[in-house]
Amino acid sequence: MQNKLESDSIIHANVLVVGAGIAGITSAVELSEIGKKVILVEKEPYIGGRILQMNKYFPKMCPPSCGFEINLKRLRTNPGIEIHTLSEVQQITGTKGDYNVVIKKKPRFVNSNCTLCKLCEEVCPVERKNEYNYNMNNTKAAYLPFDNSFPATYVIDSETCKGVSCNECLKVCPVDAINLEEKEENLEFNVGAIIWATGWSSYNAEKLDNLGLGKFPNVVTNTLFERMASANGHLSGNIVRPSDNKAIEKIAFVQCAGSRDENHLPYCSSVCCMASMKQATYVREKYPNAEIHFFFIDVRSPGRLEDFYTNLKKDNKMFFHRGKVAKIIENKENANLIVEAENTLTTNLTVNEFDMVVLAVGMAPNVDGVDIINKSLDENGFLKSDNIYGIIGAGVACAPRDVAGVVKEATGAAMKAIKILRRA
Amino acid sequence: MSIETKVGVYICSGCDIAKSIDIEKLSQTITKDTKVELLKTNQFLCSTDAITEIRNDIINENLNRVVIAGCSPRVKIEEFDFSDVTTNLLTERVNIRELVAWSHTPNDEETESLAEDYIKMGIARTRNLEPAEPFIQDTCKDILVIGGGVSGLNTSLSIAEAGYKVILVEKEDTLGGWVGKWKSSFPLHFPFTSLEQNNIPDLINQVVRHENIKVYKSSTIEKITGQPGQFTAYIKNGSITEVNVGSVVQATGWKPYDPNKLSHLGYGKYKNIVTNVMIEEMVKSGNGIKKPSDGKTPKSVAFIQCAGSRDENHLPYCSSVCCRTSLKQALYINESQKDTKIFILYKDIRTPGESELFYKQAQQEENIFLTKGEVESITEEANELVITLSDTLFGENVVVRAEMVVLATGMVPSTYVDPFEENEENKLTSDGKKEAAGAEQGAKILNLTYRQGTDLPTLKYGFPDSHFICFPYETRRTAIYATGCVREPMDSGAAENDALGAAMKAIQAVELISQGKTLLPRVGDLSYPEFFLQRCTQCKRCTEECPFGTLDEDEKGTPKPNPNRCRRCGICMGACPERIISFKNYSVHSISAMIKSIDIPEEDEEKFRIIGFVCENDAYPALDASSFRHQQFDPAVRFIPVRCLGSVNTIWINDALSNGFDGILLMGCKHGDDYQCHFIRGSELANTRMENVQEKLKQLVLEPERVKIEIVAIDDALKIPDMINDFVAQVKDVGQNPYKDM
Repeated sequence: MQNKLESDSIIHANVLVVGAGIAGITSAVELSEIGKKVILVEKEPYIGGRILQMNKYFPKMCPPSCGFEINLKRLRTNPGIEIHTLSEVQQITGTKGDYNVVIKKKPRFVNSNCTLCKLCEEVCPVERKNEYNYNMNNTKAAYLPFDNSFPATYVIDSETCKGVSCNECLKVCPVDAINLEEKEENLEFNVGAIIWATGWSSYNAEKLDNLGLGKFPNVVTNTLFERMASANGHLSGNIVRPSDNKAIEKIAFVQCAGSRDENHLPYCSSVCCMASMKQATYVREKYPNAEIHFFFIDVRSPGRLEDFYTNLKKDNKMFFHRGKVAKIIENKENANLIVEAENTLTTNLTVNEFDMVVLAVGMAPNVDGVDIINKSLDENGFLKSDNIYGIIGAGVACAPRDVAGVVKEATGAAMKAIKILRRA
Repeated sequence: MSIETKVGVYICSGCDIAKSIDIEKLSQTITKDTKVELLKTNQFLCSTDAITEIRNDIINENLNRVVIAGCSPRVKIEEFDFSDVTTNLLTERVNIRELVAWSHTPNDEETESLAEDYIKMGIARTRNLEPAEPFIQDTCKDILVIGGGVSGLNTSLSIAEAGYKVILVEKEDTLGGWVGKWKSSFPLHFPFTSLEQNNIPDLINQVVRHENIKVYKSSTIEKITGQPGQFTAYIKNGSITEVNVGSVVQATGWKPYDPNKLSHLGYGKYKNIVTNVMIEEMVKSGNGIKKPSDGKTPKSVAFIQCAGSRDENHLPYCSSVCCRTSLKQALYINESQKDTKIFILYKDIRTPGESELFYKQAQQEENIFLTKGEVESITEEANELVITLSDTLFGENVVVRAEMVVLATGMVPSTYVDPFEENEENKLTSDGKKEAAGAEQGAKILNLTYRQGTDLPTLKYGFPDSHFICFPYETRRTAIYATGCVREPMDSGAAENDALGAAMKAIQAVELISQGKTLLPRVGDLSYPEFFLQRCTQCKRCTEECPFGTLDEDEKGTPKPNPNRCRRCGICMGACPERIISFKNYSVHSISAMIKSIDIPEEDEEKFRIIGFVCENDAYPALDASSFRHQQFDPAVRFIPVRCLGSVNTIWINDALSNGFDGILLMGCKHGDDYQCHFIRGSELANTRMENVQEKLKQLVLEPERVKIEIVAIDDALKIPDMINDFVAQVKDVGQNPYKDM
């Protein structure tokens, strides 16, 4: 065969990937599968990120854990990936091709001897808020983040655990997996390229005081709604309204809650239209007769995703209203919500009452305290692709987009890392 | 088997297994019934001490098969990996924790039988398999890129910069594609407010000068033969040039939707109705935007969005870029023709992400007017086009007058062949239907000499079929990737990113293949299907059913394997009625042996026995998750994980039923348009094959209720117990299998 390359065509320098959501995991496995060494850093005690808090993906309505299972296999059977959970980047120095990185790794207090026998959880006397379900329920301080979470090892929450004065878990652990005196440590790495994939958080929609989030129990966010609909969520997928567990008869989705708003997120979060339409189908599956109302400025379902919107328009109890929601107030008698929407041009007001309102809250990039990164962000907090430090962005840390878009970009980010190593 | 197996069985009693199962009794039964060479128990099998003991045993006792009976094979993967000890070892994980101890009544006779059967099945399986040996052939690591537009140029440059050779083939006599014809692009970088210079000329310069890239212009692909790592591409440019390549990237882009089909929008009827592509040409020519009727500068221009897109009679999908393109063209006009009034008539403005800032910017221009509505009619009156809009924000019809109208036409993938258009490559048959190849695969661009057709199989609208959410680069032809607008409508910035990813996949493909490893979803698998062709009856099922077009045929119809095209799903193995297809570490024979190893109680014991075939990617993890919650289900079912439900050979079902098993439950992924099968068609094929199983049931005079396929998703843990119990109840209603005592 002609032009066969020598084996040194792939240079063996490490790549640091920060954030083990779908973006970071994709970059890491793609790199490792051509023989690169990757250090994958994640601040949570588990990998997978936001996708594992979602019920289904649009438009196929398939569970995110399905593709994740494959990625997890890729990750676990690959000797080139070193994973650090409960870890955050403290400092980056150096330049493209040669960075020094300091990582702070918090203690998990449980080692890989753990067999998930649950005994520690059973005896643990204290509880913590379950962030995985957006604090809607509690777990013990000794907990497994969720079924099938990886690493498949329990975690002990340092905030709530009573420590060695209690020691109940230590007494029952049959496999010597617990060390409550484990200390935080600093790890240092030298890497040739850095992929920044720290993802996003839901915009704090309580700042939109006209929409009533945090004031009225039946106004929820789209991210919480995913947990409500998930079989492994706090309601076991049984969608009911929060104030009284009542069945849903009439629900509203309010689009652009924070997005496309100069006082909040000036950009479009790109996924919320599809996310709300997807969530409308969760409601429809559970409640065949519920009225579903969708308030929007523009419906944004790019490419073939348009088919999903087209199909939904055929549902005769699904109502699309063009207009921005001006105000949501609570009917004190029944905890229903009164939604005032404004036609963007004519300023005509429409008023409707609902059992429950889901705010399509936009995505805000997770901004980190690391100096080099802070200097690489645009005014909206997204990592600039042309930043002078050579930091490669992947996923929603650089622009709001859906999972398919993130996977593509993260694969491209892996390619950018290879080009840096090649040139360095 | 040709190789003498020496099996060591290790049973873990930790994690409450011993509370549920009598480990002593279990050990005695297994030793007595299977005559394994070594059997040990341990109350903490994944501990360092226990692992060290196993490792020593492998060396000291010359074990070449290790059976670990304990937790699910999906946990403690790293601990029970002994591949570094010796290469001729097979490790079999038997799940007696999740599937037995945690999900069944403790210390019950049936629970004990279940554990015994699972361990016997594991031993039978491992005795009938061998470690995989990679299929390694000479691999060419050069990469073919087809299409020299923004996607192909970026793909080529990335591959070349990573140190690989690229063959770039472009059908036009210039590189650059559509984007090369534009003056500027809409904003792609922060602050997203100003038009950006077209960077294509610079890109072309880098590509043509790069020592690793060989460019063929005015060229097409006559044919591509071979398999990944060993393709030969025949490039046609007058004469034919043969090149060897290892992987292929198809970056053949898009074509504008044919405006001649938009007569309802007045195209072809009124001279001053043009398309967005024509505007770009006018701007690029340097003569400015002029009315075709008289060559004068228009005093007013109206853009009609979604001209053909989002329209069930034309392109039902959204072309994603036309809103931003019209905003850009409005700015072209606004910058050069200060007095011209510009109307943008839209259904929804779609400016995703930070390009919203570009929209805001355009809204502030005093001569740009954005109006929402559906075009009702368009006519011409006294040199003006009169557009009537319905469904406006005002609730009543709105009339817009403009001297010139621009239709924002959409993007059609280059792979798409209009089913209503007859041409050379797309002949209609006498009954008006298209020939199969054209209908399924669209335009002939790659010209693969694959038995299943010349190009990438497509979804509707001509976009290549793939797992477009989780693994968007995967296509149904191994090591052939589509990128850019041939895959979905996207802007040039997105296409540039997309190209980088495609470059990555193309490099990865040649690297993995050179090591004999397969690609997604079983990345790294070294096994490959082997054919015992002396017994082949040329039924062609394997060649027809492979979702990846792996197998070609000789004149007689005998399959010609191409291992590098294969994704190792085993669908061919499931299809073969002669059972001549097997993998070293996965075979018809080994699973038959597992089934035979199961103890069938005498009829008078009235204990039911059911086999469950489960997809290892989705249904099996769902079973695990159900058991992790300690949900209980009927102990009659013995589960056998399979690579894909499509790899289930009906012989297993037929044999099991004729040997006294009471029922067969298959659990696999959703099929149809929104299929979840990782191997595209596996679960669908399993369903089709059940028709044959029902025939067999008739021959055996058995009830159809004894066999069932359940669609299971990975997150169905809560539904698992009912699903299993309902099926067992259904079988119990029918009664015991009468063949039990025969």
